[in-house]
Amino acid sequence: MADAAITVEEARKTYGGSGAKNGRPALDGLDLTVARGTVHAVLGPNGAGKTTLVRILATLLRPDAGRIEVAGHDVVREAYAVRLRIGLLGQHAALDEELGGRQNLELFGRLHHLGARRARARADELLERFELSATGRKPVKQYSGGMRRRLDLAASLITEPEVLFLDEPTTGLDPRGRAEVWGSVRSLVGGGTTVLLTTQYLEEADQLADRISVVDAGRVIADGTADELKAATGGDRIDVVLRDAGHLGAAVALLPVPQDVVTVDTDRRLLSAPVTDRMATLAGVVRALEDAGIEAEDIALRRPTLDEVFLHLTGPDDRVKEAA
Amino acid sequence: MTTYALTDSWTMTRRELARWGRQPVTVVVNLVFPVMLLLMFGYLVGGGRGVSGEYLDFLVPGMLALTMAFGLEGTMVAVTQDLTKGVIDRFRSMPMANGAVLVGRSAADMLQSALGLAVLLAVAAALGWRVNGGPAGFLGAVGLLLLFRFAMLWIGIHLALVAGKPELVQAVQILVWPVGFLSNAFAAPGSMPDWLGTVVQWNPLSQTATAVRDLFGSPGGEPGHVWAAVVWPLALLAVFFPLAVRRFARLSR
Repeated sequence: MADAAITVEEARKTYGGSGAKNGRPALDGLDLTVARGTVHAVLGPNGAGKTTLVRILATLLRPDAGRIEVAGHDVVREAYAVRLRIGLLGQHAALDEELGGRQNLELFGRLHHLGARRARARADELLERFELSATGRKPVKQYSGGMRRRLDLAASLITEPEVLFLDEPTTGLDPRGRAEVWGSVRSLVGGGTTVLLTTQYLEEADQLADRISVVDAGRVIADGTADELKAATGGDRIDVVLRDAGHLGAAVALLPVPQDVVTVDTDRRLLSAPVTDRMATLAGVVRALEDAGIEAEDIALRRPTLDEVFLHLTGPDDRVKEAA
Repeated sequence: MTTYALTDSWTMTRRELARWGRQPVTVVVNLVFPVMLLLMFGYLVGGGRGVSGEYLDFLVPGMLALTMAFGLEGTMVAVTQDLTKGVIDRFRSMPMANGAVLVGRSAADMLQSALGLAVLLAVAAALGWRVNGGPAGFLGAVGLLLLFRFAMLWIGIHLALVAGKPELVQAVQILVWPVGFLSNAFAAPGSMPDWLGTVVQWNPLSQTATAVRDLFGSPGGEPGHVWAAVVWPLALLAVFFPLAVRRFARLSR
């Protein structure tokens, strides 16, 4: 793809060399294409290979095999050219904890060879933009989690990178910190930056990303927009909440779908099932429950959540047939 | 890339200096600690076993060499901190000269050690210690001490890159003590059991201390030791410098 900001073909990586513990590859032939100016989420459980992928893309780690290009440059052969064009927000704050916020940004600006005056000006600009001007002199170790993350993000934006990598940017943040980071990412994309974001939070992918790649065991197992992924899991779903959990078993048999696709959540007295004909199913379920004398507290039609997509793709859904 | 090697190294050195400004207490403690040891061994516990002549004259060169050896700890802690805090990832993902991280570290640590030497020498002078050799001998001795520190520096960088974890740094911090004390810094090897004396004499720290005593014209100095005090650190550097550089490059494995 000519207008791809990131191209990954058949990427492979196994850690450890001689000291390899289990020899299981972290990346096992991963393919990925990210179009310029878009936000792409890489979604997957712990150990799926998300961080390995980001570290390879950010030139921190050498792949064993594969063609990997960022902003049109090979990450191994043209690492320097790649480094000129990327920003990285890793899982751990990549800051000097002893130095102040302004000192950190100036340091990184100088290392980007902005020169003393421009580095200082850029630091002030970024502090203002991320609302950190007031605390610019305080050492970073006194910052709150959200502030530290914002400064870290500012540090990865010193040169307005073409491609920005965010490795689980909101892990460990409270909801307010998370919202702050999300706001910053949204405003960045408005400026034309390509963002690759890894996350375990489905909501985060849903909120921010144009496209999502679901990764498991070092491979992409599904790829598409949030809507496409939801549709692939079976389209709409019907949720029925009963007044009495004791009727769940009987109610499963009444639904006009095969019993093995019904999800039962005993604690919430909830039945959930994929549907094809929305209105007919809704009417049928209401009538069947009434005829059987089972009282429903709530009946709703909805799109599947990304959680369901994720569970559907990455492994067996333990809740299926639990009470049936 | 290479055009920025100097600029980037200087920037990284300034980063360390800025950190000093942020932690003045730590800096002062680091400078005062060897002074404390000097006073403790000079007046409290030291008897100068087997030393002929004024004990302070024997002790000062030993303390100077020991201070250089203990510098290894500081280097290791600083490198490990960078590694575990993730800031090294940012450096490595930036278009900066590759070696600047290590060069900056070395420059700052050498500066700190030079400062440590100056403070220790000033305190010793205040206590009445005098150099008996000429100015050339004095400068030569300072040169040998800094060369020894430089070797310790690269051992420290290598160990930090190998260990990578604060827990292992602690183990080395504890081990530095017996290794530092298994030397002729405080007592003459002749006063020790034969086997111990032999071990002590082979300690590179002892080589430097003996050579410095010689150049200062202090008791315990032996002529001809200057070469040993040059060769030992160079040999250590020949091993640990390439190992450390290789380890650093291997962070991308």
